[in-house]
Amino acid sequence: MNFKRFWAVFVCRNWEFLRDRSTMTWNLLFPISLIAGFAVAFSGPGLALYKVGVLGGAAGAGGSAFLTTHHVQFIPVADLPAALPKVERHQLDMLIDLAGRRYWINEESPKGYLLERILRGSDAPAAFDKQTVSGRVIRYVDWIAPGILAMNMMFSCLFGVGYVIVRYRKNGMLKRLKATPLTPLEFLLAQVVSRLWLILATTALVFAGTDAVIGFPMHGSYLDLGIVFLMGAVNLISLGLIVAARATSEEVAAGILNLLSWPMTFLSGVWFSLEGVHPVLQQCAQLAPLTHIIDAARAIMIDGAGLAAISGHLLALTVMSIGFMAVGAWLFRWE
Amino acid sequence: MTVLLETRNLIKQFRGVEAVNGIDLALSAGRCFGLLGPNGAGKTTTVELLEGIQAPTSGLIRYRGEPLGPRFRQDIGIMFQSTALQDHVTGRENLWMFASLYRHALPLAGLIEACALGEFLDRDTRKLSGGQRQRLLLAIALVNDPELIFLDEPTTGLDPQARRNFWELIHRIKARGKTILLTTHYMEEAYHLCDEIAIMDHGRIIAQGAPRELLAARFDDVVLQLPLADFPEPAPPLRLTVMRSRDAVEILTRDVNAAIRELLAWNISLARLQIRPRTLEDLFLELTGRGLRA
Repeated sequence: MNFKRFWAVFVCRNWEFLRDRSTMTWNLLFPISLIAGFAVAFSGPGLALYKVGVLGGAAGAGGSAFLTTHHVQFIPVADLPAALPKVERHQLDMLIDLAGRRYWINEESPKGYLLERILRGSDAPAAFDKQTVSGRVIRYVDWIAPGILAMNMMFSCLFGVGYVIVRYRKNGMLKRLKATPLTPLEFLLAQVVSRLWLILATTALVFAGTDAVIGFPMHGSYLDLGIVFLMGAVNLISLGLIVAARATSEEVAAGILNLLSWPMTFLSGVWFSLEGVHPVLQQCAQLAPLTHIIDAARAIMIDGAGLAAISGHLLALTVMSIGFMAVGAWLFRWE
Repeated sequence: MTVLLETRNLIKQFRGVEAVNGIDLALSAGRCFGLLGPNGAGKTTTVELLEGIQAPTSGLIRYRGEPLGPRFRQDIGIMFQSTALQDHVTGRENLWMFASLYRHALPLAGLIEACALGEFLDRDTRKLSGGQRQRLLLAIALVNDPELIFLDEPTTGLDPQARRNFWELIHRIKARGKTILLTTHYMEEAYHLCDEIAIMDHGRIIAQGAPRELLAARFDDVVLQLPLADFPEPAPPLRLTVMRSRDAVEILTRDVNAAIRELLAWNISLARLQIRPRTLEDLFLELTGRGLRA
């Protein structure tokens, strides 16, 4: 290992990234836009969960308790024949004719089913005593922000290393470097370290920027959060190296990277909790590094967890990182 | 003369196809060696074997009598047919990076001056012209003051001025006692620059030697060239070897006076007659055929 050679490749890779304004902008703007978008969308009264067409409008409703239900958007409808296809096509979850005391739902619609239960029960006497949950109020944006930060990190690590090395291979740059005294270890390490510090810096910048505007809860330690993101980035970069090890075309690399990143995006709880999904999928999610990064980051930010509490996630990330690095180094070819 | 790089019975197969089929070469120190051949002849594979980019299926490659190793990597400079450089990085930064990869590097100032890089050195390499890019790539190939320089079709795509300029640079490198292995499709270039050439076809070397010696050994005639428009149609029954191309007629003869007398006897106008010696291109076409290669 020659530090001078490592440093030269490291510095040039940094110049390439920092001067590529479009990539830079995308890396910063994408997560900020997503978090800001969710903050706006889920601020105030929140989005309605159900849509109910009310034939003839709310006039003549006779003070139905159903029309006071929260999280339901009541939409006046004048024309029954025009409204019925909307129920068929799930554009409306229910259509109700208050004057005629009748309603329509699509039998295939889960939302229609729930609305029916709400409608039928809304005027019934309460059979249970209402209890409320106490504790910290967690907004949706608070819950989703660690996921978006980690997801952005994942895309940046996988594509920023995997895709870039494949591009170097395709355009002949790796072949040229092979003819120099540079070793594969020096080259790969330069790529990894360059992407690592850049992604940590951009993640910190995005975190600070969105926190300043939106204000995240941070009940744990910033250092612990930094450790989680550091270990997560190392892990994801190592995963990117496996893709970069042999692929010779950007199209193949992009396909493999998408195959890795999109299931992780949906199975790792970025957008929704995995509570209640099929147990097999929950087990599969544990194989994805992103799950451990997000769960650990949420535990620190929302629950104030320390390193001991998230040690399982850190251990999983460490084991996976070692495995990915070993496989990536073993598979790597200049050509 | 010291042999710097030599090969013995070098073979490279790709899925049963022999791209290189038993090549023996010896590159002497301080000489420019040209490797010529039509497309698909095995030139690039041979050069990549010599550069250590590819491993041979069998055969030996020795640099200063030893297998290719770390010393070889330190001692060679390469300019590929097409080398990509990092985007968003300037020529100066590229030079610095490559210089940092070697134990010993030339002072960049001298290199910049020698390759005339000054005017565009701080420009993003994506914005360089073909000639500027080739000069930069040559500077990168020379950055470690290599003993042996591989130049793979270095002037392809350059305009005549840039090509002549490049030849001057190569002459200067030769003058410093460096050994060069050059591949090119330009026969004039090979003739002008190379002390020795090898012509390859179908993975084998079919002729090797100094260009003038090869020509002298192969040809003892000259070419009389006439515009096609000046040649009568139908052609008279000349006792000469006549070859037609799209716009000219070439007559091969050992006795120019006799040939001219015969042409005059048939009232053929010699106003635009040109006489030229046989060239490397004639030799190349004679050895490798005139059929189009993929």
